[in-house]
Amino acid sequence: MTLEEYLYYIILPIVSFSILLVFIRFIKGPTISDRIIAVDLLVTIGIGIIAVYSVQTNQSTFLDIALILALIAFLGTVAYSSYIQKRKKK
Amino acid sequence: MISIIIVVLATLGALFVLLAGIGILRMPDTYLRMAVTTKAATLGVGLLLGAAAVYFNDLSTTTRVLAIIVFILLTAPVGAHLMGRASYIVGNKLWEKSVMDDLEGKYSKSSVKDKKPAEPDSEEGSTIPED
Repeated sequence: MTLEEYLYYIILPIVSFSILLVFIRFIKGPTISDRIIAVDLLVTIGIGIIAVYSVQTNQSTFLDIALILALIAFLGTVAYSSYIQKRKKK
Repeated sequence: MISIIIVVLATLGALFVLLAGIGILRMPDTYLRMAVTTKAATLGVGLLLGAAAVYFNDLSTTTRVLAIIVFILLTAPVGAHLMGRASYIVGNKLWEKSVMDDLEGKYSKSSVKDKKPAEPDSEEGSTIPED
């Protein structure tokens, strides 16, 4: 089993299964904070998937996208936390 | 030899990411879920990115990977702290088996008044007291 096959058949299914678990929490989430945390974790795991995929396809350019994705995830978390503090409770 | 290192790093990273997924699904509380997001996912993604850095074996790629890892290490605690503070102010309950709550009464929660009467030491109007 070569390295590409190992990444394709073992690593990527494990990470995809964990994305599925996080998405279940995103749908279930009792409060909006749980949903925001789930979105943050989804983007963070997406960075990991991009890293594995760049190894598998031998393209190091994908890591630039991972850097931008990390930036956007942090900005999104800060903005969401600011807005749920400011919003009117029903 | 290189591929063995890559396989070990990628396997550990995938297992930690899976642990983060199980943790965010199974933890009983918003704050405990936040702990999982901050620690396990950061370590797992850092290990996966380290596997990529070992695979490419290139200065520019390694610099990029180190930049991503340092950025995640810097921003994950800041984001988790902001989210924890916001969700405490909004009024999310702690797990009922939590041992202690150090912020009890420090924030006069605006959403607490429909569940129990207003606490005597809470100020009117301001949600955040000056420290």
